[in-house]
Order: sequence, then structure tokens, then C-alpha cells
Amino acid sequence: MEWGWGEALKNNQMKDIKDINQKYIDLYTKNKDILHSNSSEFVNQIREKAFGAFQTLGIPTKSNEEYKYTDLSNTFSKDYTNYLNKKCENLNIESIFKCDVINLDADVFYLSKGWYQNTEKIKTYNNGVIIGSLKAVSEKYPDIFNKHYSKYADCTKDGLVALNTSLAQDGLFIYVPKNVKAEKPIQLINLLLDNNDEFSNVRNLFIIEDNAKVDIIFCNDSLTENTFLTNSVTEIFVGENAHLNYHKVQNDHNKSSNISSTFIHQSANSNVESVTISLIGGLIRNNLTVVLDGKGANNNTYGISLADKKQHMDNYSFIHHKEAHCDSAQLFKNILDDSATGAFNGKVLVDRNAQKTNALQSNKNILLANNAKMNTKPQLIIYADDVKCSHGATVGQLDESAMFYMRARGIGKKEAKMLLMYAFAFEIIGKIKVEELRNNIEDLVIRRLNGELGLCKNCSQRVIN
Amino acid sequence: MKENEDKILDEVTNSDYKYGFVTDVDNDDIGKGLNEDVVRIISSKKNEPEWLLDYRLKAFRHWKEMEFKNWAHLDIPEINYQDIIYYSAPKPTKVLDSMDDVDPELRKTFEKLGIPLDEQKMLSGVAVDAVIDSVSVKTTFKENLAERGIIFCSFSEAVRDYPDLVKKYLGSVVPYTDNFFAALNSAVFSDGSFCYIPKGVRSPMELSTYFRINAANTGQFERTLIVADDDSFVSYLEGCTAPQRDENQLHAAIVEIIVNKGAEVKYSTVQNWYPGNKEGLGGIFNFVTKRGIIGESGKLSWSQVETGSAITWKYPSCILKGDNAIAEFYSVAVTNNYQQADTGTKMIHIGKNTSSTIISKGISAGKSDNSYRGLVKVLKGAENARNFSQCDSLLLGDKCGAHTYPYIEVDNNTAVVEHEATTSKIGEDQIFYCNQRGIPTEEAIGLIVNGYAKDVLSKLPMEFAVEAQKLLQISLEGSVG
Repeated sequence: MEWGWGEALKNNQMKDIKDINQKYIDLYTKNKDILHSNSSEFVNQIREKAFGAFQTLGIPTKSNEEYKYTDLSNTFSKDYTNYLNKKCENLNIESIFKCDVINLDADVFYLSKGWYQNTEKIKTYNNGVIIGSLKAVSEKYPDIFNKHYSKYADCTKDGLVALNTSLAQDGLFIYVPKNVKAEKPIQLINLLLDNNDEFSNVRNLFIIEDNAKVDIIFCNDSLTENTFLTNSVTEIFVGENAHLNYHKVQNDHNKSSNISSTFIHQSANSNVESVTISLIGGLIRNNLTVVLDGKGANNNTYGISLADKKQHMDNYSFIHHKEAHCDSAQLFKNILDDSATGAFNGKVLVDRNAQKTNALQSNKNILLANNAKMNTKPQLIIYADDVKCSHGATVGQLDESAMFYMRARGIGKKEAKMLLMYAFAFEIIGKIKVEELRNNIEDLVIRRLNGELGLCKNCSQRVIN
Repeated sequence: MKENEDKILDEVTNSDYKYGFVTDVDNDDIGKGLNEDVVRIISSKKNEPEWLLDYRLKAFRHWKEMEFKNWAHLDIPEINYQDIIYYSAPKPTKVLDSMDDVDPELRKTFEKLGIPLDEQKMLSGVAVDAVIDSVSVKTTFKENLAERGIIFCSFSEAVRDYPDLVKKYLGSVVPYTDNFFAALNSAVFSDGSFCYIPKGVRSPMELSTYFRINAANTGQFERTLIVADDDSFVSYLEGCTAPQRDENQLHAAIVEIIVNKGAEVKYSTVQNWYPGNKEGLGGIFNFVTKRGIIGESGKLSWSQVETGSAITWKYPSCILKGDNAIAEFYSVAVTNNYQQADTGTKMIHIGKNTSSTIISKGISAGKSDNSYRGLVKVLKGAENARNFSQCDSLLLGDKCGAHTYPYIEVDNNTAVVEHEATTSKIGEDQIFYCNQRGIPTEEAIGLIVNGYAKDVLSKLPMEFAVEAQKLLQISLEGSVG
């Protein structure tokens, strides 16, 4: 049994990691010219810097405290047929796929293979909103783009962010100018669609200026069942008094690995609510970094993971209170069945001058099967004294007395179990602000808990090659 | 009121260490440095058998290969292991028959510390195995304990008189490969205490040792081994004070506890070593490995009050190996000035129906950092394991830090694990309430801090609770009523 707190790597693991890192270093070196020719001078400068950082950082290993409970070596050591799609636009996804969240009236944008897929490269609205391909925007609106790109996702700290910054070519860009309230929710769908095994890097940048308000829905779906590895980075800037509702739905398949790093930078009095729903995925790792960089900023983060089979779902969150009078709340839940493993790795850092901080952190987990496993690490790092910070974590199973109560009243075992699980999950689902989406997720979760694959109706007729 | 409060906090954070004094006794030391010869010299000076020398050498060779890895929330200056004296002992005189034979200087030291060493203090019910710098000087109440078959003696005596027991249990809970400081200790440990409670015996009194770092530049490497055989019970106390010095001193101890079937061990510590001065100069580096292994239906309870040391690195842990085993950890850790503490526990549930409780209260003042780091691990076979953890932090002043790092790893779906933690300061409304009722702010802070730590203090044995409160007073001078 390992008795230190930090985990040491064995010699053969060290060698494997070295080989894996070399593979990705070679990938960049070989494709450097193509990557550079596709992007602006500004992006390329950052690319070079990030690559330098990746060479020292490498893919995070279990000896890295932040990745203690997620082993990425297996995922990254796989051989993908497509490591880098040089250019892959106009797959005409709009004609082959339609998200059928009932009655959801949203502006829909598609990404696949790390590239933006809508035919209209940049969509501009009358109220000044700009949505489009990250690549196209970086060329057409360098003023806005250069001010924010790579400012929040620090590529010198995490090897995966460094790797994404070195290799990413495209993604979604959203700009909501001052005082604008976006009329419709903006929906981004990242589709896994290829007949080959694929590694892709998606890069998104959302800028919500002062007093603006927007709902964003980020869905991850798959159309083919190849082995996919997605390493995405999303940077979100939220201006003063701005309001963002951010929803993430992860609904891939058992052979997919989805690693997403989200960086939210909040200004004074801004308000962000984010809900992450992880339904299916072989390996899911969500890194969320929130910086509360202005007085009165408020952040609520919720997440639920439903994992079964051999799935692995890990939510990492880092909430940094930089200024006084900010509030943050986190609630993450896991329902784990079969041999699934779950992890929660939450960290709240309160700086010396961030007085009057309120920070809550909670992690609740249910283990349904004896082979399911949960690791949790809710941490508080506090340097200010006039604060109210608390955290809690529980791991347990369904309440036996509640089960008994229902069964005594004639509710079948299966149904009673369903009811309890659903009640457990609804605390998170109820936080979804977009009503149509909430109804649909409710439906998906019920089906998921029933053991049916949680696919939208449209996706259930998915063509599997 | 704010000003007044600041003044009190200022007094609190500026108080000096009260127990600093040096006893002038000739030391028989072997000079600085560490190599295989030093290990051999230590062993031969203590007339140790061959197997123990082998154990030390194996540990030393392993230690040489190890590298210190700092994963804790601590800023640890580099330690020069060659600049430490690894063995020093008071000059041996003739065999001691009565108290009069004990070196008067040492006796004065004990008196200043208030240790009930002589016969008159027998009424206090404490048997003391006093350790000054590595060698036991006097052991009292031995006969009384011997009647019941209880062995309570210095580690060296145990090696001489009960080699089979020592050989059987030494390193069985904390192997020398465990960590950097455990390996170092296993190579150079000087002395310590050994305690064996036979089957079915309840120890009639609380057993206690006092450690004291005395000679300058002497690392203290104590080794404690407690074996509670089937259905026995013992309450063991450990308390420490150290003279004031400006040089950092290293302390790397090991405590191993074996709790057999149906036995119960209660281990209490009050630690008040020199914390360094107000500028953060000097102070003890306290790197301790404490661990117990609990058999079927056994119970192990750790209580600790940590107020001293410049750096505390300490995780008294429990391995709940047998079915129905119970483990408890109660801790109050106070840091002031530039002190740093990273302390907590590990609860490893292996047996079925095992349960563990963790109550940790951290108080940080001045410019100190106080971290709780704990692991609750439920292994696959630990059906119906149960854990409850509560770790609260109290901040006095705005230049200190309080951190919580709990790790929970559950591999069994019948386990129930709960963890909760809060961080706060003393509420102005609480102080206002007291003031209103005629209680001055100073006393109010005392009341609140005492109340805050009550859950843990109440778990300490009577004799210790008084000293623990004294230490809280000294550490937070001027505020505790």
C-alpha cells in the first residue's frame, strides 16, 4: 500500500509516459507548417509558446495531484488514424443531423473533427452579436479576438491546455456586445462523426461583455462508434453585470474520451450558472476553472454524472476568489453503476484580500453496484479571515428507509429505486434554465436510469457504420 | 471594540514561549554526521543484538536511496542531515535506587515541567517513563504494573529484556520503507518507550512519557511501540516541551500501535515544542509517523493537541483490519506567528462493519498556515464501513491561512462516508453578545475558542485536559480566559 500522499510513478510507467509525450511532440513538429499556414501570426506566436510549455509539462500523469484519480496514459497511448484534420469543413451536417430537443428554439452551430461546420462562416446579428468559426473570426475581427484569446486558459500550468493551444485550429466563437440580451439560446453541437479513430482539438472563445445576457448550450454527441479522443478548451470572458447560463451535455459513447477544460473569467457583479450533465462517455474529464476577478461576482456550478459499465467520469473544479464580496457554490453528484468509477476534485482558493467571501462546495455520490468506485477530494485553501466557507462530501447508497416506505405502499422495487435516483438527480437537472432543454434532459435521464441508452430520438436512429 | 480586539489578537500573536530553558548536563555524544558507521556506533553503544543492527542498516541503506518529496502545504527549508548529532545520552552513573540518585539538574527540569516523578505524586495515578535526550533515566511504578504483567519500559530495556516481543512487532505497522522520515528513524532511533498489555488486562493507570529535546543540535528520533493483546485496555499519554533555541531542530519519531482482538488503546498527545520566535526563527521540525493496526472488535483512539513546533507534519493513522473495528481521531491544532502545520489522519477500512470518526479543529493566528489533510479509504471487502469526518477551521487575523485537503476513496457500495468542513472567524456578534453580558473581549475570545475545541478537549484524559487548556492559553496568550 502506498503511504505517501503523492503517488510515485514506477520506472516502466515513466518510460511509457515519455513515449506518449514524444508522440505528440512529433505530431506538432511534423505538422507545424500546416498549422502555421492555417492561422494568424498572433495565434501562431501563442501556439509556439504553448508547444514549449507542452514539452516540459507533457500529458498529466497520476503523479500530478490534480490528475490523481484519472489515468490518461491509456487514452493517449492509443493509435488514432486521424491525429490532425488538416482541413475539414462543409461536412453538411445540417442536412444529416438535427438535434431534436423538442420545441427548443436555438441558434445551432456545429463542430466536427475540430472544425466549424456551418456553411455561413461568420454570422452577424442586428444587435451586434457575432457568432462563427474561431479561425474566420481571428482573421476578420483581430481586435476583439486578440484581446481575449489564450488570456484565460493558462497553457503553462496544464499539459492538456498546452497541447490544445499548440494543435487547435478552429472552434466556435461567440461575441455578445455590451447591453445586449441574446434572444435565443445559442447551441453548439460537437459531433463525433468519422469512420476512422480520431483525435481532435476543439477551441472555443465566448465573450460576453458588460450587461449582456446569454444562454449557451454545448452538446457533445456521436454519430459513429469509433474511438474518439476530444481535447477541448473553452475560454469564457464575462463582463461586469453580465449574465451567463452555460449548459454542457455530454452524450457520447463508451469508446470515446472527452477531456474538456473550461476557463471562466468573471468581472464585478457578473453572474454565471453552469450545469454539466454527463450521460455517456468512456472517459470524461471536465476541468473547470473560475476566476472571480471583481467585487460581487457570483458563480454557481452544478454537475451530475451517470456512469455505468467501465465508464470513468471525473469533475475537477477550481474556484479562485480574487476579490471581496464574491459568492460561489458548487454541487456535483454522481450515480455510479456496474464497474464505473467517479471522481470529484474540487478546490476553492480564497485570496488574502477576498474578504466577505461565501463559498460552498458539495459532492454527493451514490454507488449502486459493488464494483463501482468513487474518489473525492473537496479542498479549501483559505487566506482571508472574514469568510464563510464550507464543504461536504458523502458517498453512500439509496436510503433504505425511504425504499421501505415506498415498498410498504405498494411501489415496486424497481420503480422505488428509480424514484429515489431520479429525485437525487433532479436537484441538478432542476437548475437548467432553458425549459425545453430541461424537459428533454429529464427524459434522457429517466431513460438512462432505466438502462436504455440515453439517446435523443433522432440519435436513436443513428447510422452505425 | 475592533481596536480592542486587534490589541488582543496582537498580544496573542506576540506571546513568547514560556517553557524555554536548557538543562546543563554533560552529554556523551558522537559528533555530527550520518553514515553506516554512525548507525553501527549507535547500535553498539546501546549493546544491541545483531538483528536490530541489521534492521537499522537495512533502513539506512533504503533511506540513502530515497528522496524527500514535499507534497504537503508546507514550506520546508532544506535540512542538512550531516549537520545533526544522531546520538547523545546523559553520562551513565551507577544504577539508580531512589530519587536521590537522579541527577539534581534533571530533577529540577522535571519539577519545572511539573512531572509527577516521585512517590508523593503517585496519587495522581500517572506512571512516568521520563526520557531526557534519548536514554531513560528513571522508571517509576514499574513494580505496580509488573504485578499485572504489564510491561512499560524504555525501548532499549525492552530490546534487552523482551527481544522476542520487540522483534515480532518492530516495523510491523510502520515498515522502514514507509516514508523518508520513517526510514531515517528506523536507522538511527535512539530510544523511546515500549508497552505491552497482556491478554484481558486493564491497565490500572494512565501511562505516560515525556520527551524533551535537550542538547543543542540533537535530532530526536524516538520510537514507541505499544502492543495491546486480546481484550486489554490502556490509555497512553505523550506530552512534550522543549527548550528555546534559535537553531532548527529535527524530530522524526515513529509510534506503532498494535491493537489485538477486542482490545482498546487510547493514545493522547499534547505537543508544545518550541515553535520558533515571532520572526519565525528557529523552532522544531516535527515529522512524525504514527500508525495503529486494529484487530477484530478492537478500538484505537488518537487525541492530539498540537500547539508547538515550527513545522508539524503528522498524520496519526488507523488501519481497521479486523471486522467491527473502531477508530477515532480527535485533533486540535493551533498555529501562531510563522508556524506551519499540515496534519490529519488516514483511516483505512479493510474489515467488515468497521467505523471511524474524525473530528479536527484547526485554529490559525498570526502569519501561520494550518492545513488538515485526511484520507478515508474503504477497500472492496469492507462491507458496511462507516465514516464521519468533521474538520473545522477558525481564523484569528487576516494574515493566516486555513486549508482543508480531505481525500475520500470508496470502493464498496455498502459504505457510508460523510465529510463536512467549515471555515470561519470568531463572529463579531458572538463577541458582542458576551460583551453585553459583562464578559470582556479577551475572556470572550477565550470562551469561544475553548468551546470551539471542546469536542476534542473533552476526549482527553483528566490530567491531560488541564495541561491542554494551559497550552491553548500559552499559544493564544492573553485571549483565553
